Amino acid sequence: MATETHGVSREAVGSGTLASSTGVWMLVGLAILLAAPFVLYPVFLMKVLCFALFACAFNLLIGFAGLLSFGHAAFFGGAAYITAHTVKVWGLSPELGILLGAAFSATLGLVFGMLAIRRQGIYFAMITLALAQMIYFMALQLPFTHGEDGIQAVPRGMLFGVIDLTQPLAMYYTVLVVFLFGFIVIWRTVHSPFGQVLKAIRENEPRAISLGYRTDQYKLLAFVLSAALTGLAGGTKAIVFQLATLTDVQWQMSGEVVLMTLLGGMGTLFGPVIGAALVVTLENYLAATNLPVPVVIGTIFVVCVLLFRRGIVGEIIARMRSRRG
Amino acid sequence: MSTIFGIPPQALFGQLLLGLINGSFYAMLSLGLAVIFGLLNVINFAHGALYMLGAFVAWLLLTQLGLGYWWALALSPLIVGAFGVVLEKLFLSRLYKLDHLYGLLLTFGLALIVEGAFRHFYGVSGQPYPIPRELTGGQNLGFMFLPNYRGWVVVASLVVCLGTWFAIERTRLGAYLRAATENPVLVQAFGINVPVMITLTYGFGVALAGLAGVLAAPIYQVSPLMGSNLIIVVFAVVVIGGMGSILGAVLTGYSLGLLEGLTKVFYPEASNIVVFVIMAVVLMIKPAGLFGRER
Amino acid sequence: MIARLLTGAALAALAVGTTAVGTAHAQQGKVSGDVIKIGVLNDRSGLYADLGGEGSVVAVRMAVEEMGGKVLGKSIEVIAADHQNKPDIGSNISREWIDRDGVDVIVDVPNSGVALAVQEVTREKKKVFLAEGPATSRLTGDACSPTGVHWAYDTRALAVGTGRAMVQEGGKSWFFLTADYAFGHQLEADTAAEVKKAGGTIKGSVRAPLNTADFSSFLLQAQSSGADVIGLANAGGDTITSIKQASEFGLMQGGKQKLAGLLIFLSDVHALGLQVSQDLVLTTGFYWDMDNEKRAWSEKYKAKTGKMPTMVQAGSYSAVRHYLKAIEAAGTDDGPAVVAKMKEMPVNDMFAKNGKILANGRMVHDMYLARVKKPSESKGPWDYYEIIRTIPGDEAFASIAESGCKLTQ
Repeated sequence: MATETHGVSREAVGSGTLASSTGVWMLVGLAILLAAPFVLYPVFLMKVLCFALFACAFNLLIGFAGLLSFGHAAFFGGAAYITAHTVKVWGLSPELGILLGAAFSATLGLVFGMLAIRRQGIYFAMITLALAQMIYFMALQLPFTHGEDGIQAVPRGMLFGVIDLTQPLAMYYTVLVVFLFGFIVIWRTVHSPFGQVLKAIRENEPRAISLGYRTDQYKLLAFVLSAALTGLAGGTKAIVFQLATLTDVQWQMSGEVVLMTLLGGMGTLFGPVIGAALVVTLENYLAATNLPVPVVIGTIFVVCVLLFRRGIVGEIIARMRSRRG
Repeated sequence: MSTIFGIPPQALFGQLLLGLINGSFYAMLSLGLAVIFGLLNVINFAHGALYMLGAFVAWLLLTQLGLGYWWALALSPLIVGAFGVVLEKLFLSRLYKLDHLYGLLLTFGLALIVEGAFRHFYGVSGQPYPIPRELTGGQNLGFMFLPNYRGWVVVASLVVCLGTWFAIERTRLGAYLRAATENPVLVQAFGINVPVMITLTYGFGVALAGLAGVLAAPIYQVSPLMGSNLIIVVFAVVVIGGMGSILGAVLTGYSLGLLEGLTKVFYPEASNIVVFVIMAVVLMIKPAGLFGRER
Repeated sequence: MIARLLTGAALAALAVGTTAVGTAHAQQGKVSGDVIKIGVLNDRSGLYADLGGEGSVVAVRMAVEEMGGKVLGKSIEVIAADHQNKPDIGSNISREWIDRDGVDVIVDVPNSGVALAVQEVTREKKKVFLAEGPATSRLTGDACSPTGVHWAYDTRALAVGTGRAMVQEGGKSWFFLTADYAFGHQLEADTAAEVKKAGGTIKGSVRAPLNTADFSSFLLQAQSSGADVIGLANAGGDTITSIKQASEFGLMQGGKQKLAGLLIFLSDVHALGLQVSQDLVLTTGFYWDMDNEKRAWSEKYKAKTGKMPTMVQAGSYSAVRHYLKAIEAAGTDDGPAVVAKMKEMPVNDMFAKNGKILANGRMVHDMYLARVKKPSESKGPWDYYEIIRTIPGDEAFASIAESGCKLTQ
């Protein structure tokens, strides 16, 4: 579908030969996701889905616009706080709470974005990191976030006033719908003319400017969209786990989403999903053993950066290409 | 009691002095980051972890070998520096041809490994490190009681920062370093071994972090997490000062420490975020940082 | 081709997931009655590890051994986990323990913030929560639960003990250095109320994050307030660091200001040493060297751990013992039924005499006001406290009406 306008990037999933099979394994993936809660612990699956959406939203920036944000925890955790507060204290319904969370993150993304896109590369990463740390300290100190305790006992409530989210399956399928919505938005964005401009900026920004694109506006829009979808994931997580805490706004969380994306494959559509599933599973598995989680995660990070920069999905796609080419 | 802007002078000067002590650590750490960034173009995310490592080496020297503070002050930076040299040779040197972001990601991974390992073996609560006997006690300054050790930290960090600045700006070695930063190919052509220079520079930068760690050990206790939150503030300091600027890093480090102290007097709730607010303001007015130039 | 490969990758990811959760899932088939599973959830690596930690697990095992390892003919299993002082981790572990591993009771949970999160999970799942480590009186107040029991002490008892005693000694004006989370806030509030009741005044407070490395700027604020008493509303490692740094900055010099550690455990005094901690006044629910029964149990505990028990560790033993006895009496391990039985039975063991559990879950027993001995008064290791006064349980703890617990209305 995107073959004609392509040409800029050699990595994107939508390229000619692969596009036809994309639909097939999307259906396979969907089937797995629909059946999964009957086999696996639903709370675990919901966690995977929330992080998968988070990683996909993050990937929109790094993979398709070439911007490494090290501050996405602010959007993830910030939205979780807003959702938790509006649902618990204001008594809003869960869907409104999640939407407000996402809206908050979008606004925050606009502010961060306007500051951060003034610089590129490493500078961009450090600025987003520092701005996110500011949000962390606010979460630590503002009265409504309840500091170390976080916002606890958030009611799951009734979705649209009819679906009882305290039922695990109802909650799971709600999360699945949210995830699919976010995923489709990203998919459409990447394959839109807007997405093509982003890729052009990633490959060669001066050329994009000389072609007459106001690249800053494109980058800002991508940043806001990524922040909003991250907020969607964060708000949903707050409803699933019924609490919002500092863990979600800490800078380690920003690092974790970088790892998920890197491991799965930056700039691929499915990479972040696979990466998130692997990392969450690994953490879950390691928690039961005596192995220190950060050491294992850190080692994967180093190995990925040194030997495996395309990530799992990126590597598979590259192998397929070289075999055909 | 007389007051300044409605604040008792004792509180004002006291907090300023404590701010200066914090600023000493900001200055030493951002100095190391700036030196590394200047030549390697790598943001060393592992800087906080290596600062922690410096403190832990001091603690291990004391508890395992019975070597006291002054030994640690000499040995710990050497050990941390040597560790840095190994890291650079094994990992970082493979990434120079790639996007600089990979250096950031790699050092982030290294930081996780180092911190995670210490956390696994020593837990997150701090290990106490005694103040050296020569520096116990304190001075009554009238407005506050200053423990001798904290006074020593300020003096030591000033000496280190000025010494480094002098070495880079005023010596032949420093001149090579600055030249290599500008144009490595040309300097190589003059017969200077640039890769070795890069390795040693990284070693020196992290040794500064190790030294800061030893100085911090008696104040903050020795804890695996001591570097992880500090490093983000130091990043902000480097952004404000202008990346790669040695003088900028040092001056910004001290000033932001003082500013934090001042905030603690007038609006304590904001003391944690004041650095980040300043960073946002500076970025709007002068995106390259106060002392930096656009690259 | 790609489809197959990627499906493979996805399936592989899922397969790893299955091994991680699948094993636990299979156990769900067992009825909770086949085994009594006790989960000890506390800080095992951080600033509260010494006051609870592995010691609480040992104490719980001692209670299980005393029952012969079985109750109602079913075996008893003890598992433990580290909540790292994070409410989300604590809440997730509790949920997984109950959903997947069939845990019947969660014990200890120091850190009031985490404890409040666990209280929500156990309330929802109707499982028993025996709170030892957490201090906040909210656990039996506005956040009370029909299956939650709060055992060793709480913020209100600390306030009544230490707060009142300091005011009576002449400490009229107070400034608080407060740990910035549920526990510190509640301890400050409860103590401030007691101080005002006793005729004192509050000059202000400053809040320090949990696990603070450097208290100097907070101590300076406390010092310049000019208050008679600086109340430390913190615990564990934070208490140790703040007391040490107060002495480094010469806060106690000249005797103008007094330091009041509002929650001090035996492990803190041990870490600080008597030289620094001498003459501190504190409130405790247990001290090993008070009578023969306590000494005998504590020596047994010390043989296993090398340390004397804190009130949290001794309380963990007492609470689990009472819980197991209640299962025996009730003939079931159903959460609400067991707790109802616990509330009917008086608590009589080495920890408490004629203790009673109120409808809101508060275990009422005598508390003790103690003073830390001078190095010259101490006769040997762990000889740290002199008991000044016994605070009768009804005076130390809030009545149901005062507590504000809605269960009982």
